[in-house]
Amino acid sequence: MKRVAVVGASLAGVRAAQELRAQGYDGGIVLIGEERHLPYDRPPLSKAFLAGAASQASLELLDAGDLASLALDFRLGVRATALEPAARRVLLSDGGSVHADGVVIATGGRARTLPGFEGAHTLRTLDDALALRAALVPGVRVVIVGAGFIGAEVASTCRSLGLDVTVLEALDAPLAPALGPRLAAVCARLHADHGTDLRCGVRVEGLSEAGVRLADGSLVPADVVVTGVGMTPATEWLAGSGLKVGNGVHVDAGLVTELPQVVAVGDVAHYHVDGVGRRHEHWTNASEQAPVAVANLLAGRTERTYTPSGYVWSDQYSGTIQLAGHPRPDDTLSFVDGDPSSSSFVAVWQRDGATVGVFALNNAKLFNRLRRPLRRPVGV
Amino acid sequence: MIRACTVDELPPGESVRLPGSPAIAVFHTEAGELYAIDDTCTHQDASLADGWLEGCFVECPLHAALFDLRTGVPSCLPAKDPVRTYPVVVDEGVIYVEGTAREDAA
Repeated sequence: MKRVAVVGASLAGVRAAQELRAQGYDGGIVLIGEERHLPYDRPPLSKAFLAGAASQASLELLDAGDLASLALDFRLGVRATALEPAARRVLLSDGGSVHADGVVIATGGRARTLPGFEGAHTLRTLDDALALRAALVPGVRVVIVGAGFIGAEVASTCRSLGLDVTVLEALDAPLAPALGPRLAAVCARLHADHGTDLRCGVRVEGLSEAGVRLADGSLVPADVVVTGVGMTPATEWLAGSGLKVGNGVHVDAGLVTELPQVVAVGDVAHYHVDGVGRRHEHWTNASEQAPVAVANLLAGRTERTYTPSGYVWSDQYSGTIQLAGHPRPDDTLSFVDGDPSSSSFVAVWQRDGATVGVFALNNAKLFNRLRRPLRRPVGV
Repeated sequence: MIRACTVDELPPGESVRLPGSPAIAVFHTEAGELYAIDDTCTHQDASLADGWLEGCFVECPLHAALFDLRTGVPSCLPAKDPVRTYPVVVDEGVIYVEGTAREDAA
């Protein structure tokens, strides 16, 4: 393999490039990025960077030494528009193309938008964060649609800036399907404790000059509106490539597509274990998939499989939330330290007597001790 | 010199946080070595004394950056900058940290 094209220059793409070098690949690496920025880290975009407390330079994933040692051929500010496997070619939006023997798909996705909310802010990219930050001037009333991690973090940051914040959530409690009712109530409490007006079970209809219109005909006044309602995997450029797509790029348990020279990592990778497809939109997943995908790419076949840690964190208000594992709604939740009303606690989910998930609020030490066994694949 | 604790109070595999400016974390590895580094992760505000100790590495409890206790250098993202390391001495069963940071952290 003489040349690898890594399509997508965010964390998953960068980690793939780093792993290629770490695993001894010394051919060319072309890193294609739709954004004009050098690769940067996203978690601060909703927190310190949005608050103006972290600089753009602090987000950079690669320093001068990394750039020199990785020897990447950057194609920034251009989008991949097609993959032609037979010709071993990636076509670019500027009319150019990249010839490559191997391809790492790391195109992530785009912030989902809601019909009727054209003009509302979303938050996924550095440019999104810059635009939102500029709008968060003293005195504005902020309305956030969606109380998931992004919505909650933006609400938290806006409150730290002293702004009035309302969060509109369609579910009965934030993150309820993932966390269950008791922990969802904790997430709701964090909002209430910090002066955010969280309204659950609310159906939004659209944006007007004065604010957000609800399905019941009422209006929530707003000067700045942010929608945080998930993302859509960026796979449209793969149309005609022969690869299977649908809620992401379909890959096997080793993150390899039907073509052994094409792998996928990060938010866009829809991987299959025992016929069940999964996709994760988290920092740790993007980072942890890269070594597996790259090993299989270099081997030319699936030699390693990916075991997700299910690790997610979110910093909201004064709290750090940590979650690991893959709990299901019918698992038994119990509190091993503190209780849901405490400012610090740890809870575990159990299934058939085994711990399958750990959740902590402000208790990193115990969380890490308890989640350790989850990291080992079942049966090993 | 900062007094940390007695050797008996810090069994192998354990760590202790010494408050101060900067706060320092002292680790006793399973192999019996003692190390002291800045307690705050260089990536985001987290106490490394709360981290997972494995060999002579500590994993940040928040985002799993791995720091080499011998050098302070992180071996993986998201941390990019090293933490400072401090000499540790044991005198009559008491662990002390030399409060002036080593400059040759790498």
